[in-house]
Amino acid sequence: MANYLMIDFGSTFTKLVAVDRDRGVILATAIAPTTVTTDIRTGYKAALADLEQAIGRPTVFERIVACSSAAGGLKMCAIGLVEELTVEAAKRVCLGAGAKVDLVFAHHCTKAEIRQIVDMKIDIILLAGGADGGNTECALFNLNLIGEAGISIPIVYAGNKSAQDEVLELYTRYHLDGHIAENVMPKINQLNVKSARDAIRDIFLKRIIAAKGIKKIEEEIDEVVLPTPEAVLVASELLSKGYMNEPGLGELCVVDIGGATTDMYSVCHSTKRSDVILRGLEEPYAKRTVEGDLGLRWSAPGIVKALTEEEIKMIALDTGVDLKAETDRRFADVSFLPETAHDEQVDKMLAEMCAYKAMSRHAGRMEEVYTPLGIVQNQTGKDLSDVKTVIGTGGPIIRSRFAGSILAKTSNVFHQSAELRPAKPDYYVDQDYLMASMGLYAKFDPLGALRIMKQHIVSVK
Amino acid sequence: MKSIVIGVIGADVHAVGNKIIEYTLTNAGYNVVNIGVLSTQEDFIHAAIETNAPIILVSSLYGHGEIDCRGMRAKCIESGIGDVLLYVGGNIVVGKQDFQEVRERFVKMGFNRVYPPGTPIDEALSDIRRDLGE
Repeated sequence: MANYLMIDFGSTFTKLVAVDRDRGVILATAIAPTTVTTDIRTGYKAALADLEQAIGRPTVFERIVACSSAAGGLKMCAIGLVEELTVEAAKRVCLGAGAKVDLVFAHHCTKAEIRQIVDMKIDIILLAGGADGGNTECALFNLNLIGEAGISIPIVYAGNKSAQDEVLELYTRYHLDGHIAENVMPKINQLNVKSARDAIRDIFLKRIIAAKGIKKIEEEIDEVVLPTPEAVLVASELLSKGYMNEPGLGELCVVDIGGATTDMYSVCHSTKRSDVILRGLEEPYAKRTVEGDLGLRWSAPGIVKALTEEEIKMIALDTGVDLKAETDRRFADVSFLPETAHDEQVDKMLAEMCAYKAMSRHAGRMEEVYTPLGIVQNQTGKDLSDVKTVIGTGGPIIRSRFAGSILAKTSNVFHQSAELRPAKPDYYVDQDYLMASMGLYAKFDPLGALRIMKQHIVSVK
Repeated sequence: MKSIVIGVIGADVHAVGNKIIEYTLTNAGYNVVNIGVLSTQEDFIHAAIETNAPIILVSSLYGHGEIDCRGMRAKCIESGIGDVLLYVGGNIVVGKQDFQEVRERFVKMGFNRVYPPGTPIDEALSDIRRDLGE
């Protein structure tokens, strides 16, 4: 009998999922507060005790693996040349690797910007710039600045291939913790994610989790293998595509609302239409965006900032909710849980706004251009209008009685024809909080992970 | 290998000539960065920056070229590629105008080479070679 244990070290909670591989079922799940500031093992052991109690007997696990977004997650700085091209490509690679992109710089950096990298406690720098055979000067300039500042943060160079030799020389000259990956944008508008993402993942495993005090756990378990958002991305892709004879759910979106951020994932092609002209940088098939200003606790004030004075007044008139006071209250007490029906309603409203805004930023845009040859459809970003499946995960959605209503805000509720949101999707909830764990479990048993997800991700109205 | 950015500017979707230019210049040994139809001035400039292209070749077939190309040199200067060579060709203005005047207007706008309708791409190719000192 082979049992597997998956752990998700979140910023607030440590979540455990035990799977019986032979029977293809969840044995039990357990949850305890994350204790990364003291000793991460304490919270893990508390959750493990609960888990074993739920299973009803001591259990031997064949493999114990974890993903982590504890201790601030993976904080990255993306540097490129032109904002719409290599900067955007670098940003997308960071997001696809499960990172939070706290700093983004274009063109020549300044010394003040380089200082910010240290001040913001960035974990990894992704340095890009120039298509292959193109500009090398900018990336080298920036690397020189980083070197002169004596920064010891790991750097991944994923820019113009032609500069690699000079980059290596600078790595040696300044004693930098330097790494080389393929160019994130080898040709104009062509996105190349994999190599740089693998380099980031490698550094995350070898360096970052040790630096954050998460490594201690590896005395108890096998290994920490992924940042949590990347595990969710892996699970989303598997759930969409299916595995061998087991069909997937087809194209889908996943929205994960948390206390600090709202993550949006889409697994689909940019467009299925042949009558549109695609503009801009190529879109990844499995795409993740993160909204650092949209969340129900730490980032609650960000929701209000995204609204105009008039909108806040309208909401107060309409619903009697003082949005400013409610969000300030949540920001002041991030462990706040709704107690009254009113609290629940406000949380629902805030979650709806997060879902709406996050989708607005994730989905592509269609613009009609009048040309002498007639109207031409000009598309930027991804067209999600045919996506039939929208899945909600994260505490605020899973625990809410209004999950369906929150998820509905990802569709085109306000009939904005320019935004390419899912038109008529069905809504599902990851009710047992399994997606990240199944992203981990998929490494051993993709078919089992897929079947468990299909069983436990349930439809909501 | 030197890069040349090509594309069709403005709300213009004429794709055939664009492909012919790409074919010819690629055969001539250049790294052709084709940003395609419906391109803005910024699209051309951004591509030239990332690829270190010494030449931008702007096509316009629908007669609005003069409006679409205005201010492009200034934007190149602002973007740090003030020395880039700007070529333009196609049906760049409306109606039967004296091409000498048209050329002067575009030269004033900062274009280095201006081609009248029907110019074979080989003629531009020999200009490219000359301008790049090849």
